[in-house]
Amino acid sequence: MEGLWALISDDLPALQIAVPLLAATLCVLIRRPTAAWAVAMVVAWSSFANAGVLLHRVLTTGTISYVEGGWPVPWGIELRIDLLNALVLLVVTGICAIVLLAAPRSIDAEIPRDKQYLFYAVYLLCMTGLAGMTVTGDAFNIFVFLEISSLSSYALVSQGRTPRALTAAIQYLVMGTIGGTFILLGIGMLYMVTGTLNIVDLANQLALVGPNRTVMVAAACIAMGVGIKLAVFPLHIWLPNAYTYAPAIVTAFIAATSTKVAYYVLVRFAFSIFRINQTFDGAHSSAIAMMLGIAAMFAGSLVAIYQDDVKRMLAYSSVAQIGYMILGLSFANEYGLTGGLVHLFNHAIMKCGLFLVLACVLLRMGSTRLSAFAGLGRRMPLTFAAFVLGGLSLVGVPLTVGFVSKWYLVLGALEAGLWPVAVLILLSSILALVYIWRVVEVGYFKAPPEGADAITEAPFSMLLPTWILIGSTLVFGVWTSLSVGVASAAARMLIGGGS
Amino acid sequence: MTAATAVGLAVAWPLIAVALIVVFQRWPNLREAGTLLTGGSLFAIVAGVILPEVEAGGRPGMVLCEVVPGLRLAFEVEPLGMIFGLVASGLWIVTSFYSIGYMRGHHEKNQTRFYICFAIAISGALGVAFAANVFTLFVFYELITLSTFPLVTHSGTEEARNAGRMYLGILMGTSIAFLLLAMVWTWLATGTTDFTPGGILAGKVDGPQLMILLALYAFGTGKAALMPFHRWLPAAMVAPTPVSALLHAVAVVKAGVFTILKVVVYVFGIDLLATTGAGRWLTWVAAFTIIAASCVALGKDNLKARLAYSTISQLSYIVLGAALATSAGVIGGGMHIVMHAFGKITLFFCAGAIMVGAHKTEVSELDGLGRRMPFTFGAFLLGSLSVIGLPPMGGSWSKWFLMLSAAEAHQWVMMVVLMVSSLLSIGYLMPVVVRGFFRPAPADAHDDRHSATGIHEAPLLCVLPPVVTAVGGIVLFFYAGDIWSLLSGVVP
Repeated sequence: MEGLWALISDDLPALQIAVPLLAATLCVLIRRPTAAWAVAMVVAWSSFANAGVLLHRVLTTGTISYVEGGWPVPWGIELRIDLLNALVLLVVTGICAIVLLAAPRSIDAEIPRDKQYLFYAVYLLCMTGLAGMTVTGDAFNIFVFLEISSLSSYALVSQGRTPRALTAAIQYLVMGTIGGTFILLGIGMLYMVTGTLNIVDLANQLALVGPNRTVMVAAACIAMGVGIKLAVFPLHIWLPNAYTYAPAIVTAFIAATSTKVAYYVLVRFAFSIFRINQTFDGAHSSAIAMMLGIAAMFAGSLVAIYQDDVKRMLAYSSVAQIGYMILGLSFANEYGLTGGLVHLFNHAIMKCGLFLVLACVLLRMGSTRLSAFAGLGRRMPLTFAAFVLGGLSLVGVPLTVGFVSKWYLVLGALEAGLWPVAVLILLSSILALVYIWRVVEVGYFKAPPEGADAITEAPFSMLLPTWILIGSTLVFGVWTSLSVGVASAAARMLIGGGS
Repeated sequence: MTAATAVGLAVAWPLIAVALIVVFQRWPNLREAGTLLTGGSLFAIVAGVILPEVEAGGRPGMVLCEVVPGLRLAFEVEPLGMIFGLVASGLWIVTSFYSIGYMRGHHEKNQTRFYICFAIAISGALGVAFAANVFTLFVFYELITLSTFPLVTHSGTEEARNAGRMYLGILMGTSIAFLLLAMVWTWLATGTTDFTPGGILAGKVDGPQLMILLALYAFGTGKAALMPFHRWLPAAMVAPTPVSALLHAVAVVKAGVFTILKVVVYVFGIDLLATTGAGRWLTWVAAFTIIAASCVALGKDNLKARLAYSTISQLSYIVLGAALATSAGVIGGGMHIVMHAFGKITLFFCAGAIMVGAHKTEVSELDGLGRRMPFTFGAFLLGSLSVIGLPPMGGSWSKWFLMLSAAEAHQWVMMVVLMVSSLLSIGYLMPVVVRGFFRPAPADAHDDRHSATGIHEAPLLCVLPPVVTAVGGIVLFFYAGDIWSLLSGVVP
């Protein structure tokens, strides 16, 4: 054991990519659902532990730089882990691991048994892509891993039970490809100008080159491409369908990871590469981002209020929540960015928990329409209580994670002297109360239809991950040393212009 | 047990009741015994351990945790909180007895849920009372809102659901949109949200901003039912009467005005408000609420609705006391928390007793009922006197101090407002008593199988509590000095 640890201890960053990639192939070879699930579980949980170790290392000894194949930077490809991506990596791997707990029971109802091994294989591929985007220190590699994660998520979405899953996946694919192309264009232009792809080197070269037209266009392309991936309003149109028609487990997984990593990429480009608050005059881009963020908050929440399908409602809620993150970034001050990054962490936990609740409801009721929630407060008390808590967290009730995010976002707005924006943030959280409470009312006050089948509580294997996440929304709402501690340190680093 | 641990214990204590209620839910008598035991021991902790320490000038408290840097969950008991804590925990016992009589007499369903939510709400009220900073207060404020929602919607009817929607919408909406913003602003301006004697805002926020901040606090505290954010309170009357009595006359609404009082004294500081005049506009809003709500109460035939509007009016007395920014105003406001609590809970208890004993809900139906239910109507008379502010009831003292405060601040209009309000409260409360005792019972009273002359009260557990609280109102008249000396520690 000691020997093994000594062997891999230095290679932990590379293992984040290599292990799930190899395990994905292994799953295809195994062809048996349970064994494939076991492989995925081992891989996901060990990656999660790995991410924990890496975060600890970053916190104690500073940024980790790992050169692949021993080629020195900037010629070789570097994996570079600092406070920012260490936190994101922890979120992504943690969500992957926890969601997998619920996967077997949930996909039994949605994916034919003989195809389930493929599901796990693609799931691991997606995880590879997401982890790769997070840990890499190379701009082109971000694109490569983005495509890996995107292609696999199209495949995952298309596994939904209804034919609409296919159209949703196609829509996602078209939009995602456009986004990917924009990113590639942008990176290509940056390479043209600077002759380098290494993120740190790129930033240094750009500081020398200054904001010439090519660089500006590159920045616009990248913002556009990442904006599509991140589902920034109004580039979000792929998201509601993809989230609604994907298998429940896939929605929980993608909602909590894919957009979060895209947000990370945006922050990385904006603050580590373009250094919008130093080298560039970021006022215009900040103003645009702010308007889009506010529009997303309101449009997403308002549309969510009118949804009949709770899964779709939460999808629009995600659009709104992404607006909060964008808004935090647009303040370009320490509080605001901390708010955005903390919300990345917090929203991943609560939205994943809520989508797992929907997975439970779908399993038992066969639908996630509002009518399926009638009387659920009595029929599935634990599941529904999880929904209420997760919902309150979305609203931002104190002692939940939502409050912590909101606190920093409002601080950021006030710090930037933007009073009206602070008011808008708070008003939009009242909209969240409206759409959540619609469901709560149906769950507690509406009687289930006459002669409805006896419904039992969701299976333990699904309740457990749901409550791990919902419990976390309370834990991290009170104990914030990890989330706020790391996020604010990362924000300080980014605002200071480091990487 | 030190007073400091007692403070944390007191806030958590009602949760023991929750545990007992859950364990004994199949045996109603044991379940209620659990509530009563917890209530009694809670009052013993608050009055026996914490009170002596505070009376001696101590400020027992504890820090639970630091949520984000500078934002702590912490408790610290000062006289205002002490008073509120005593009222909430003391009246919980009486209300628990009353609840047993009412809920069983009225054959209510889901009683276990009722008692659980009730206990959590009390925990929230104590958390508000003992909060050491605005953040802690905010946390428990929201806890009260959420835990009382199932109580308001207890019956599950369409009406209850709509009421619940308004209840949650206004209380949560205002607290998120305004109170939270005020809190963040305070924190950004001063780096703290701790309640500090003399206030923390002096020199940090000034000019019109001070007025805006005060407005955010005053309207953000929807539970204080300042117009135009008062509609939730009449709507909440759809709840079972014990809820209206303890929560919507005492714990919930007093948590609201308590918040305003506390923010004025310990965040703004009355000197700051007095010198800048930033609270002047609030006296007008409070005055308007006092008069307007009284006028609405005059026109309400439903007894609980009438009492609800009376509550809205009386709550603004306390807001007025705070906004006048004099020491007499703060003392009067603090004292009114106690006095109005005893008066109004008596009135609601009586309304519930009438509902259980005679199935009447409208004032116009009460003719001649006083002779059938003399204890109930007697208690109603005493409660009315206290709310009106006449001796020998405690309510006269708080009104006295508020008048004094208006005089000190040279606010003659406010003195007139207080006097007019007293007249109006005679106008909406006395008819109930007059009808009960002096009008003949209608000849076609459908339940005439009980002779009109014989006494036919509600069950004992519904009648005894109002009598106890009414007598309490008299006792308070003679012990107001103790409350005064406790409260005078608030303002130098």
